[in-house]
Amino acid sequence: MNAVNALMGWIESRIPMMRVANMHAIQYPAPKNMNFWYVFGFMATIVLVNQIVTGIWLTMNYVPSAEGAFKSVEYIMREVDYGWLLRYMHSTGASAFFVVVYLHMFRGMIYGSYQKPRELLWVFGMLIYLALMAEAFMGYVLPWGQMSYWGAQVIVSLFSAIPVIGPDLVEWIQGDYVISGATLNRFFALHVIALPLVIVILVFLHIIALHEVGSNNPDGVNIKFKKGTLPEEEKTQFQIHEYYTEKYDISNDVVPFFPHIVLKDLVAFAVFLFGFCYILFFAPEMGGKFLEHPNFEIANPLKTPEHIFPVWYFTPFYAILKAVPDKLFGVLTMFAAIGFLFAIPWLDRSNVRSWRYRSGLHKANLIVFAIVFIFLGYLGGTPQENWKIIASQVATIMYFSFFILLFAYSKGERTKPVPERIPT
Amino acid sequence: MSDVSVDASESTLQADLPPSSNRRKFLTVATSVVGAVGAGFATVPFIASWQPSERAKAAGADVEVDISGLQVGQLIRVMWRSKPVWIVKRSQAVLDALSAHEDELADPNSEAAQQPDYAANIFRSRKEDIIVLVGICTHLGCSPQHLADGAMEQYAEGVKDGFFCPCHGSKFDMSGRVFSGVPAGLNLQVPPYGFISENTILIGSDGEGVA
Repeated sequence: MNAVNALMGWIESRIPMMRVANMHAIQYPAPKNMNFWYVFGFMATIVLVNQIVTGIWLTMNYVPSAEGAFKSVEYIMREVDYGWLLRYMHSTGASAFFVVVYLHMFRGMIYGSYQKPRELLWVFGMLIYLALMAEAFMGYVLPWGQMSYWGAQVIVSLFSAIPVIGPDLVEWIQGDYVISGATLNRFFALHVIALPLVIVILVFLHIIALHEVGSNNPDGVNIKFKKGTLPEEEKTQFQIHEYYTEKYDISNDVVPFFPHIVLKDLVAFAVFLFGFCYILFFAPEMGGKFLEHPNFEIANPLKTPEHIFPVWYFTPFYAILKAVPDKLFGVLTMFAAIGFLFAIPWLDRSNVRSWRYRSGLHKANLIVFAIVFIFLGYLGGTPQENWKIIASQVATIMYFSFFILLFAYSKGERTKPVPERIPT
Repeated sequence: MSDVSVDASESTLQADLPPSSNRRKFLTVATSVVGAVGAGFATVPFIASWQPSERAKAAGADVEVDISGLQVGQLIRVMWRSKPVWIVKRSQAVLDALSAHEDELADPNSEAAQQPDYAANIFRSRKEDIIVLVGICTHLGCSPQHLADGAMEQYAEGVKDGFFCPCHGSKFDMSGRVFSGVPAGLNLQVPPYGFISENTILIGSDGEGVA
C-alpha cells in the first residue's frame, strides 16, 4: 500500500492528476436537487465518446472518394466483421446526440440556466450545437448515397443566396462546379479531423465555464454564498474541493459530484441504453428517419430523388427555410432562428431563473415553443403539401414570437418569491 | 506591491521600466504587425487550395460550339460539365406559336431562377431563334425528347412542337417552359452562354449577346 501511495505521490508532484480529478469531478459541489433533466450533459459526453471511437473504426475501412465511398460503406456493412454494428452505432449515435442535446438545451431554458452568470456557458453550448450540426451534415454526405448528394446540393446552394460573392463561394466550398469527389474528400477531412477537434475543445471550454460559475438547479437557487456569510451549521459537511470553498461559503444544499451525481447519471445511462440498443438492433434506419431510403442508392447527379429532406434533427430549420418564399430572406430567417437562441441570456430580462417561480405566461411560452419546434420538425420532414406552406409560415412566426414575447414580459414579470435555500 | 516601502519605490520603478519604453513599444507593434501580415499571407494556400483544381477546371471548361451548319428546326447536342446541352434553331412559325399556349404553362414568364437574366424572356434566349437548354428534365433528370412538326400534339393539344419526357410524362414547350399539371415543376435550365462570333456559341460563361 505504501508503495502505491509513494508512486501516486511521485506522479502527483509531477502532474496534478488527483488535483484535477478532485476539483472537476470527485469534489465538485453539485446541488442536491438536480433531477432527471440534469442527466443529458453526461449523456452527451458518452455519446460523443461513442461517435469518436466508432468513427475511428469506420475510417479504417471507409474510402473517401466519389468512386469508392458508396462501395466501401457496403463493404463495411456486409464483409467487415461487426462492421454493420460499428456503422449503426455511429449513425444511431448521431441521432441520439441530437436527442440528448435538444433535451439538454430545453432543460437550460426551463430552469433559466443561461441567466447571469451563466451567459457564456450557454454561448459555448450553442457553439457546440453549431459545430455538431456542421459535423452531422458532413457525416451524412460521406456514404455518397442519393440523399447524401442531394442534401449536400441543397445545403451548399444555400450559400449561393448571398449577394455578389454567393456563386463563387459555392464553387469554393465544392471545389468544383458541382458537388463532386472533391467536395466529398474535403467534407471527410473536416468530419474526421477538424470538427471533432473543435467540438472536443468547445466541450472542454463548456465544462470549464460550468465549473467556474457552478451548476444551476431546478429551483434556480444559489448554492454559493459570499465568504463568511453562512453560519457554520449551514455549510456543507461534505468534502468539497478547496478551489470552491476558498472563494465561497458552499451551503449544505450540495453533494459531491462523485459518487452522488455520477451514480444517478449511470442509472439514466442504463435506461438510455435500452432505447439506444433497441434502435441499434431492431430499427437502425428508424423507418427512414435516421437513415433515409434514397441513401441506399448511389449518388447520381442526373437523378433527383422525389422528395429531399434533411435528417430529422435539421427539419425544424428546413421548414423555416421553406416557409419564406424568397431565397435570400429564407436563408437569413433560418440563420436568425439559430441566432435568437444564442441571444436568450440577454432576451430574458427576468432575474428569476426557474420556471417553478415564474409566471404562467412564461411556462405557457416555453411549452408552446417546444410544441412549435416539434411541429416545424414534422413540417420540414414530410412531403410538401399546400396546407403545410401556410402552417409552416404560422409556425415560423410563432417560433420567433417566443423570443419577442420573452423579451417583452420578462422585465416586469410577476414571479413568485424564490427561497434563499433549496426547499426540502 | 503596496508593502514596498516608499524609499525603495523610486528605484523599483526605474528598474521595472525598460531603458527606452517608446522604442520598445514601437518595436513590439512593428513586429506584431509584420507578423500578422505574414500570418495573413500564410493563410492564402489554405484558402486557395479549396478552389476547383486544374483537373476540375479542365473538366468543367467552357464549350465552344460552331453553329454555322445548324439548320432551321434542327437540334444539336453537346456535352457541358457532363450534362447534355441542346442548341435548337427555331423557325418563325415556332416562335410565333410560343405565346399561344401561355395559359397552360406553370411559369410562362420565367420567374423561377432557371436561366441567366438575359434569357428571362418569352424566347428564353439571347437571339430569338437560337435557344440553348440543359437537356435534363427538372423532375428526375431524364433527358426529354424533341418532338417537332406536329408530333407534340398527341401530348399537348394545339401545340405542334415541344419536348416530352418519356420517363414520367413532363411536357415543355419550345422555349423549355414547363406545362402545368406535370411532375416537373420548373422550366428547363438555360446555361450561361454567349456568342463569340455570329456562328460560334460559348457555353459556360456569360459573354456577349450578339458578336
